[in-house]
Formats: sequence, structure tokens, C-alpha cells
Amino acid sequence: MAEATVDRDREIMTVNVGPHHPATHGVLRLVVDLEGEMVRELRPVIGYVHTGIEKSCEDKSYWKVIPFVERMDYVSYFFQMEAFCGAVERLIDLEIPLRARYLRTIFLELNRIHSHLVWLGTTALDLGAISMLWYCFRERDKILDLFEMATGQRMHTRYFQVGGVIEDIPVGFEAKCRAFAEEMPIRVGQYQDLLDRNEVFLSRTKGVGIVSRERLLELGVTGPLLRAAGDPWDLRKAFDYLAYPEMDFKIPVGTVGDNYDRYRVRVAEMVESASIVRQCLDALPEGPFIADDRKYVLPPRSELSTSMESLIHHFKLVTEGFRVDPGEVYYSIESPRGELGCFVLADGSAKPARVHFRDPSFVNLQAFREMAVGTYVADMIASLGMLDPILGGVDR
Amino acid sequence: MPDAPGLELIRGEIERDFPGAVPATSYDRAQAALNVDPARVLDVLRWLKEQPGHRYDFLSSLHAADYLPNEPRFAVHYELINRDRVERIRVKAMLADPGNEELPEIDSCVELFPTADAQEREVFDFFGIVFRGHPNLTRILMPDDYVGWPQRRDFPVGGEPVTFTYSEERYG
Repeated sequence: MAEATVDRDREIMTVNVGPHHPATHGVLRLVVDLEGEMVRELRPVIGYVHTGIEKSCEDKSYWKVIPFVERMDYVSYFFQMEAFCGAVERLIDLEIPLRARYLRTIFLELNRIHSHLVWLGTTALDLGAISMLWYCFRERDKILDLFEMATGQRMHTRYFQVGGVIEDIPVGFEAKCRAFAEEMPIRVGQYQDLLDRNEVFLSRTKGVGIVSRERLLELGVTGPLLRAAGDPWDLRKAFDYLAYPEMDFKIPVGTVGDNYDRYRVRVAEMVESASIVRQCLDALPEGPFIADDRKYVLPPRSELSTSMESLIHHFKLVTEGFRVDPGEVYYSIESPRGELGCFVLADGSAKPARVHFRDPSFVNLQAFREMAVGTYVADMIASLGMLDPILGGVDR
Repeated sequence: MPDAPGLELIRGEIERDFPGAVPATSYDRAQAALNVDPARVLDVLRWLKEQPGHRYDFLSSLHAADYLPNEPRFAVHYELINRDRVERIRVKAMLADPGNEELPEIDSCVELFPTADAQEREVFDFFGIVFRGHPNLTRILMPDDYVGWPQRRDFPVGGEPVTFTYSEERYG
């Protein structure tokens, strides 16, 4: 019979994972060729949450674009705002006040901790450590409380404006934020106590999903994935922006570049971020929190009832928005997932002619095939978690 | 970032090896860009990547833009980084619209920079720019059977018909 010649041990079965599956961290579909439990080939299929945000931005005046871009990578919204606002500030050559730089740095680093906490909770959940999720989300909630206190929103805060931030931090924020930044390293120590000597966690992560540093660079991978492979590349150190040149912080790097190193690098980054927040609070300069250029920045609310000129500026900025001379700028920052770049093309009108985001998840996802092929299905899920893609950012 | 004179030096060195490959440079808002001849873009990228003393060997972003109504209309941007000197440079290849529903073409740089794979597919998906020699040039974010190039400037915002019309039909 023909069946007798079929080699059952070498049979390849194609399995579809996702797009709606908790372990895919969003709406990601994986077409996986399996030989028994082993992954032999893998093809990620993306685009399920593509909403055309970049196209929609072309129809909005510059200041109305900010809430749109926040919704791309919905876990690191402050970074999207900074990338876009920073690009526009470079286009119009607008210097932001010192206090605004420090405030932005504080919120970016809080957001980095927040993003890593979401990653740690959900990835540990994938590996069977369910209690990590509750511990991580407990601290995440404290960060969201801080965001709510300063901006009025827990997520998608629209706090950064072209020229600075929309409002100064309220009374009591500093003390609350400092208390959090003092507490965070202790909490990180607790997470490490739970995971670092956990036999299941160690055997599931050590030596799994290794991709060499050279290959990662070829694939354009940045962020904690690249640093876990031993390359200390961090845009906060490499390029000057915001208050980072004045901050004293380390870049954690790994040695082998397996999933365990990826975990250790991110956990160490949380401690460094908490230290940056503390340093920013210590050195927080007094002064204005937004630039005083009425051509681009809304006048203070209090002036509207007394100054005709302010009212005109306010009216013009809200109805038409400000115009930007033709030009193009690419501005990139270090997001929790790597290099987040924003390209803005201005054509002289009040709306951008093109807004493009170089999303780190989109580029990093290309390394997933090499991380997962040749490992077990269960390790593929672990590697995906350690890659930490946010599909809202991938699909935009 | 190389400054404006540094950019001219780089251009001069490339022109010595490939005459006519870099017709212009631009230095705007402290960002350096080489405008290259699209037919020679691979030569320039390889030179920048491999030339000793330069080695802009990390492609951080590849994206496109539509400069309608200017001519040539499209541009593919390559944002390169020299990680030793911590310098960025932009390589810009302007592409004319061939008209008659034909698509503009440029060489794919996937061989040089494997990271360009997904990003070139994205540019193809949204602008209809064909990358010659790309291993798998298909739509990446839009559905496979989609017709049109949505990020072009002459593609209207809201030009997508609404698929779910139940409420519209029922309530008007």
C-alpha cells in the first residue's frame, strides 16, 4: 500500500496560529510548518489592525496629529508623541524650554517602565508564571495613576505638545513620583527573586531563541533585543535629545543573546529608568513648561479674556493650525522596543504631507523567524513574548 | 551627522568612483542628504556601506514619500547610520512617475541590507514603487487583493468604500 511508504516521523504539518490568540500579543497570525513539535518554517502575517493612521495624519493639522500617532504603539504612547513633536520642532526650529525637556524625560522613562512591566507580566504568563502578571500590573497601575494625576488620562494622554508639554505637573506629583521611583528598584528585586531561580523559567529561557549579534544588525534589530546580544547601542547615549546628556545611567547588555538575556536586560533597564526619573526630579529646573512662540504655541488660557492679540493667536492656531515651511525631517528616539523614528514631510501648508513612523516592532519582527525555527512550538511562543512586538505599532 | 562641507567631501569621493551618481546634496535643518541617481542607488549604498573610513553600515529606516505636484514625484529615503562615528546620512532616490498606470521601479537593496525586506514591501504596498530583485514583493499591510496605492497624494482620504452598510440602509 502507498501508506506504508509515508515516513510518519518526517511528516510536515502546517498549523495556523492566531490572528486572535492571547499568546500572539496582539493580532498577529503565524503560519507554522511543524514536524512533530519542532518548528521547521514560519511565516508571520501582519496587517490585521492596519488602520491607515499615517494616511489619516495627512488630513489633520499638525497639532491634531498627536492623538493619532499615540494610538499606533498603544503601550508606549509618550514615545510616539515625542517622536512626532520632536520632528515637528526640528522642522520649525523651535527650542523647547529646559523644564519641558526634563518633564518629557520623566514621562518617557515612566512609560518605559510601564511598557516593560506589561511585557514582563504577559511574557511570564506565557511561560506559566501567572502571579507575575498581577505583581507587574500592580506597579503598572501606579504609573497610570501618575499619568492620570499629571495629564488627566491614564493612557493616550496627549500631554506632549509642539513646543513643550501642555500643563505643568500638579502639586504633589513630585512627591508621589519620587516615592514610586524609590520603590521601583525594590519591586524589580522582588520580580527577580520570583524568576531568577525559578527552575521552570530558567530552563524555558536559557539558550532559547539565540540569534547572533551580526545577524541582528543585518536585520536592523534595535533596542533590548540587540543589547541582549551584547551590543551597547542606545540612542539615548548615541544622540543628544531631551535631558539624557545630563543623566547618569548605564546601558545593560547581555552576553549570549538568548531569551534569558533579553529578560535580564529589560529588567535592568527598569532600574536604570527609575534612576533617571529620580535624577530628573532632583534636577528639575524652574521656568516655563512650554515655549513662548505664539506662532506655534497656544497662549495661556488666562490671557484670552484680556488680550485681543492672544485671542487672535488662539483662534488661528485652533482653526487652521500653524503652517510649516517646506522641508523634511527624520527624528528618532530610543523607545522600549528600539529605534522609533518619525519622518515628517512638510509642504508649506498647515497639514503634514507625509508622516511615517519607523516602528521598532515592525522591523524587529523580521528576526522572529530565525529565533523560532528549529525550536519547539512552546519555545516559539516564549520567543515571541521576548521579542515584545506591539501589533498596533507593526500595522499602524 | 556630517556637516555641510563633510557631506560635499563624501559626495566628491563617491563621484570619483561613480561619476554622475550623486547629482546633488542637501543640508537642511542639520540633516545631511545625498540625492542619488535612482539607477545607481545600489552602487552608492554599497560604497557607503563598505568604503573604509565611512562604513554607514546600518540601515535604520527605508521609507518613501510622494512630492506631488513636484517632478520627479516619488522619493525613496534610506536612513543610514555609521555606528562608530555615530553619524546619520540620508540617501534619497527621486523617481519619476512613468504614467499610463505603470509603476516606477528601483533596485532592491535586500542583498545589502536584509532589514529592507519588510520595509520595501511596505513602500510597494502603499506607493506602488517596484523594487527590482526583491525576493517576495507582495502587499504586507493591506489585503492581498487590494487595488490602488493608498499613500499616494492623489489617493483621497476616505476614498475607501464602507463595507458595513447595515445601519446606513436601515436608518438612512
